[in-house]
Amino acid sequence: MSFRIDTPILIGLVFISLILAAGTSYTLATQGTATFVSPTYLLQQLHFGAFLGMTAAGMMLVILLGHIDLSVPWTLTASAMVASAIGGFAGDMTGLMVGLTVGLVNGIGVAFLRVPSMIFTLGMNTVLLGLMVMLTGGHAPQSAATDLMLFLGRDRTLGVPHSVIVWLIISAAIIFMLTRTAVGRYMYAIGNREAAAYLSGVRTRLVIVGAFMMCSACAAIAGISLAGYSARAFQAMGDPYLLPSIAAVVLGGTNILGGQGKYSGTVVGVILIVLLQSMLSIMQMEEAYRQVIYGAVIILMLLIYSRGRGRAAEA
Amino acid sequence: MKTARLFLGQNAGILLAIALFLALYSIYVSLHPNWGMNVVLQNGNETLALILVGMAQTMAVLVGGLDLSVGPLMTLTNCFGSIVMAGTGGSILAGIVACMALGTACGFLNGCIIVYGRIQPIIATLATGAIFLGLALLLRPTPGGAIDGDFAWAFTNDLNELGYTYGWWEDLGLIGRIPLQPVYLALIILLVWIPFKRSVTGRGCYAIGSNAHAAYMSGVRIDRSKIAAFTLAGFFAGCAGIYLTMQMGSGNADAPQAAEYTLRSIAAVVIGGTSLYGGTGGVIGTIFGALVLRSISFIFRVVPEDSTVGFVASPLLQPFFEGLILLLAVSLGAARTFRAKNRLTLFS
Repeated sequence: MSFRIDTPILIGLVFISLILAAGTSYTLATQGTATFVSPTYLLQQLHFGAFLGMTAAGMMLVILLGHIDLSVPWTLTASAMVASAIGGFAGDMTGLMVGLTVGLVNGIGVAFLRVPSMIFTLGMNTVLLGLMVMLTGGHAPQSAATDLMLFLGRDRTLGVPHSVIVWLIISAAIIFMLTRTAVGRYMYAIGNREAAAYLSGVRTRLVIVGAFMMCSACAAIAGISLAGYSARAFQAMGDPYLLPSIAAVVLGGTNILGGQGKYSGTVVGVILIVLLQSMLSIMQMEEAYRQVIYGAVIILMLLIYSRGRGRAAEA
Repeated sequence: MKTARLFLGQNAGILLAIALFLALYSIYVSLHPNWGMNVVLQNGNETLALILVGMAQTMAVLVGGLDLSVGPLMTLTNCFGSIVMAGTGGSILAGIVACMALGTACGFLNGCIIVYGRIQPIIATLATGAIFLGLALLLRPTPGGAIDGDFAWAFTNDLNELGYTYGWWEDLGLIGRIPLQPVYLALIILLVWIPFKRSVTGRGCYAIGSNAHAAYMSGVRIDRSKIAAFTLAGFFAGCAGIYLTMQMGSGNADAPQAAEYTLRSIAAVVIGGTSLYGGTGGVIGTIFGALVLRSISFIFRVVPEDSTVGFVASPLLQPFFEGLILLLAVSLGAARTFRAKNRLTLFS
């Protein structure tokens, strides 16, 4: 197993250093302190970024297959809301089950009914939204975070936030699966050419269903811990996670058409996006400029990346 | 007979959408207590922006991509329009032209990034969408802007009102009752869509969607057609923004609304029979796709609450049913998976 850093990961790391440098010089100039690179501040960013990290981890698996999961926002929200409505440990488990069920339905729709994933998961997102409106409509269910949520999302051990540890565990599991197990190989194979994988005897439909279930489970775990971070579950809490998670996966070098990409790239992508967002907010920039810069950086990175790949292809 | 069958086969998607719309709208009409031209006008008002955004999405889907910036671009032209269309008389006209130019330019930018930057459409437009929303927020940090009331009223009404307001003509009788929204649509289709579809560039878009490699080998100018498709998408999204400005009378950089329009536009395209894999379909189908989506919401408003199905009238259930119907509609296409004799034919 040779250790090699891919171009997108390298570009990502360069951009992360640039963002850290820009943020630090800004705080040095305005406040005279290097807040941006202080361990406390960075740990705080990781604490919050871990929720995006968990969502992106699941999203990466689905994108690797050449599909996409647009139902992530409301899977995340529904899991958190159902879990807090029921309450206690049973509630948390029900929340996770909600996630797995959504993933199962998505997987069946995409793999067995062969509906394009984009549109099926989109419909699923609307259905979940509708279900949650029904749940909270007539009466206001309990929305306070359960003990497990607080433990996962808010608490720290020796200064390390538990959400970061959960993210690390999920990451380790995914890296193991992608590089050391047959299922991981199948995922790359299906993403490259599903027909070839099928003819080679891979049970492609089961792998696809499995990937969608893992993606939704990641979203559910992210939702349950995020509810702990904000001390309650609320409607639309997952909405800010859809586009950044897709962006993180793609910036990390996973091909949006599937079949190519490393998980480590996704981690770099998540850190990049979290730092970019926090740099823009530390500069107290208006939301409008933030959006423009956010979009421009994504395009710029992809342009550099596609130039690099173009040259490699020509060589 | 053979031609008829061929026609049915080639237009199955669009015919299904039309049938579905007619069925749903007749239910709406039969349930509505006092249905008339005023109600049609109101329905048209609520639907036109979605139709135009859906048409924009269709262009991207035809060439095998997806445009996530159509909603944000509509919002941007809406905010821009609330500033440049604020005057009276000729300056409004100039403002409308400026808005169309802005939409077209943004679409052209999308096309250039996708073609020359070699970035997947879905990702490129995800990023440009963020930029468009940011610019919209910059123009209108808070909702506002005042469009001339007479103008907004006359141009979102029917032919008679348009004549009365400006003294251009008197009562036109039955013709005068025609709402302006279908007129706008007809104009856009006759002046923009049909000439485009028949042009070499337009046919190239269909060719790229069905098989980009074959199209390239046959000498289709792939770059030009793709850029044209995204530019036209920008134009349609710009028109949606203009209409929204006239309808609301103001500009609002509403991010959730932009996202909702983007997602619904995809749904409208799919229901309208355009394949998400590209190459078949067209904006006419999308019009009916959008009409189907809106008819569903209309029906929920008029279901009598004391009837046996009255419980569905609850506004709390509406998002759930909308999603369910969308899921069912797209799952209809799954019929082919059960007919397939060899599963290998499904992987394409």
